Amino acid sequence: MVTGKGGTGKTTVAGALALALAGRRQRVLLVEVEGRQGLAQLFDAPPLPYAETRLTAVRGGEVIGLAVDAEAAMLEYLELFYGIKRGGSMLRKMGAIDFVTTIAPGLRDVLLTGKVKESVTRTAPGGRPVFDSVVLDAPPTGRITAFLQATHEVAGLTKIGPIHRQSAGVTELLHSEQTAVHIVTLLEEMPVQETLDAAGELRRAGYRIGQVIVNRARPELVGAVAPNPDALAAGLASVGLDPELAAGLTAEMADYGTRQRVQELAAAELAGLGVPVRRLPELAPPVDLGSLFELAEALELDAWLGLPA
Amino acid sequence: MTTARGRQRPPVFEVDRLLKDPDLKVIVTCGSGGVGKTTTAAALALRAAEQGRRAVVLTIDPARRLAQSLGLVELDNTPRPVPGVGNGALLAMMLDMKRTFDEVVLANTTPDKAEQIFANPFYQSLSASFAGTQEYMAMEKLSQLRDRLIEHGDWDLIVVDTPPSRSALDFLDAPQRLGRFLDGRMIRLLTAPARAGGKAYLKVVGASFSLFSRVLNRILGNDLLANVSAFVASLETMFGGFRERAEQTYRLLKAPGTAFVVVASPEPDALREASFFVERLQTDEMPLAGVVLNRVRQVAVPLTAERALDAADRLAAANASPATEAALTEAALRVHAEIAEAARHDRLMAARFAAAHPDVPELQVPALPTDVHDLAGLRLIGAALAGEQP
Repeated sequence: MVTGKGGTGKTTVAGALALALAGRRQRVLLVEVEGRQGLAQLFDAPPLPYAETRLTAVRGGEVIGLAVDAEAAMLEYLELFYGIKRGGSMLRKMGAIDFVTTIAPGLRDVLLTGKVKESVTRTAPGGRPVFDSVVLDAPPTGRITAFLQATHEVAGLTKIGPIHRQSAGVTELLHSEQTAVHIVTLLEEMPVQETLDAAGELRRAGYRIGQVIVNRARPELVGAVAPNPDALAAGLASVGLDPELAAGLTAEMADYGTRQRVQELAAAELAGLGVPVRRLPELAPPVDLGSLFELAEALELDAWLGLPA
Repeated sequence: MTTARGRQRPPVFEVDRLLKDPDLKVIVTCGSGGVGKTTTAAALALRAAEQGRRAVVLTIDPARRLAQSLGLVELDNTPRPVPGVGNGALLAMMLDMKRTFDEVVLANTTPDKAEQIFANPFYQSLSASFAGTQEYMAMEKLSQLRDRLIEHGDWDLIVVDTPPSRSALDFLDAPQRLGRFLDGRMIRLLTAPARAGGKAYLKVVGASFSLFSRVLNRILGNDLLANVSAFVASLETMFGGFRERAEQTYRLLKAPGTAFVVVASPEPDALREASFFVERLQTDEMPLAGVVLNRVRQVAVPLTAERALDAADRLAAANASPATEAALTEAALRVHAEIAEAARHDRLMAARFAAAHPDVPELQVPALPTDVHDLAGLRLIGAALAGEQP
């Protein structure tokens, strides 16, 4: 599960993680649930249908993309578990689809997490899992706990029936060692605060935090040198630059220094979580499939998984 | 004005002109999460207030320190005056989703029925925790605030933030969706058993119903279906009210007194979402006032990253004396190169967005080194929104 505050780049990180796993000869399913077609954009592919679609193949592994849509997931669920086929249009006419996806939106999350469980547990003939890893571009930090808990919540509303039965399986999988929630953040006040809040909520609800991934970290450039416009002007002149730039550059340095202090404080707060923190660099534009490979490298999956380099 | 490539620049989004328009009653900010949407909403409301308006800002899940800067310490669902605002007045409130839902129920049904609804376990989960409810309740609260504006004149401008998701515009579909739901057979089926015992239930039973009940029973389990059924039945008297309300909100949003402001930052994801919002608003002919591009990184001096890095490298290689002077200059040049790269990135992103939406008014707010968490910070953002130089 890859979550993060909006704007931190969680879709990009989820894509990079899937690529890195595929680079280890894995068959990886990369799932998105928010109907944004973020994966297609990321992998420069046409919009994904509700069907597993190969996004890319690397070094003996591959990344399969899936954009789950609640309506399609419901129809599939009906067919899979109850053998109800072609009931879709009738259910739509009756308003049942609208009911499930709008009026009772918690059911939407139930269907989506149910689909994740189905992908994880699906086996090929012979009993081998179809996917080595499933990476979910999950809802943002503000909603992640509610999303993971949806099945559990709905199960609380009913004591019998398949949702109740199935919920035990979904709940068990999501709480097991097989599942980790990774949180993507920036080294800024609000994303870090949300990361800490979400980590607390997730832990209280019994979910395992995998790693915190710091995206777009800025290099630390301002050291112990005290700002001094006069010295700077002289220094600029010595390399043939206009000494008049000194005032503007001093202001930029002060700004950058402030940001750097914010970054350091944020990093210190994240360290308090007691989970590994990994930093990814800011990518130079344009961000394309090539830069995704760069990020996949930067994730240092071998070190992450505790494997020898 | 034209860019280097000769493309037309989009028109400038003139915030002060918008805020000074006495016919403007509602501003809706929308955009993806993490782009400074709530800050923009608060800064717009504060600026309007300090120009003499009585503005109320409705925030949804604001960052703690921003909430504190507006004096919002508790979630009480009522606008409270923000101290320290000159000229006009600023009120602020945080949306309490559950309480707003309760208010809708109370306003549309009898006290006994309301009690029944509140006690229903299905209602309890629906109103408190499920996604999607927030968007509707934000719009409901907007309607309530708008009613008070018209009836009592408690304020003359409402700035409403929307939840940070693509579904933030779901409320645009609400009238249609509710209509489809309410006119659908599902409603009749769900309400039939509770309304008339077994008989009416049997009457509507057809092939579709047996399928339907089988499905629902199977998915939900009997007791949940009973709760849902009881819930829908007790809501039945309110349905007319619901739909009317949704249609009224839709019309209100489309009316000339409303302005939508799309907020983004110069990142690909945020701009993609902004494009989605812009196109959706244009499709529905909603009054889109402009796009705010937040956190645009800018340079203070006109020196390219390449030249700065080249000079920094020469300083590093020269081992010049005095050493501190060289070290300081090198650090300053490397910082500048970093900022210049970031600024180029942001410029490129902004240019692409502008090229895709050439007729949408746009403005840029420079990035600040720290987050905003007091009125002074909001004032600075307000000034930047209005295009004032710091």
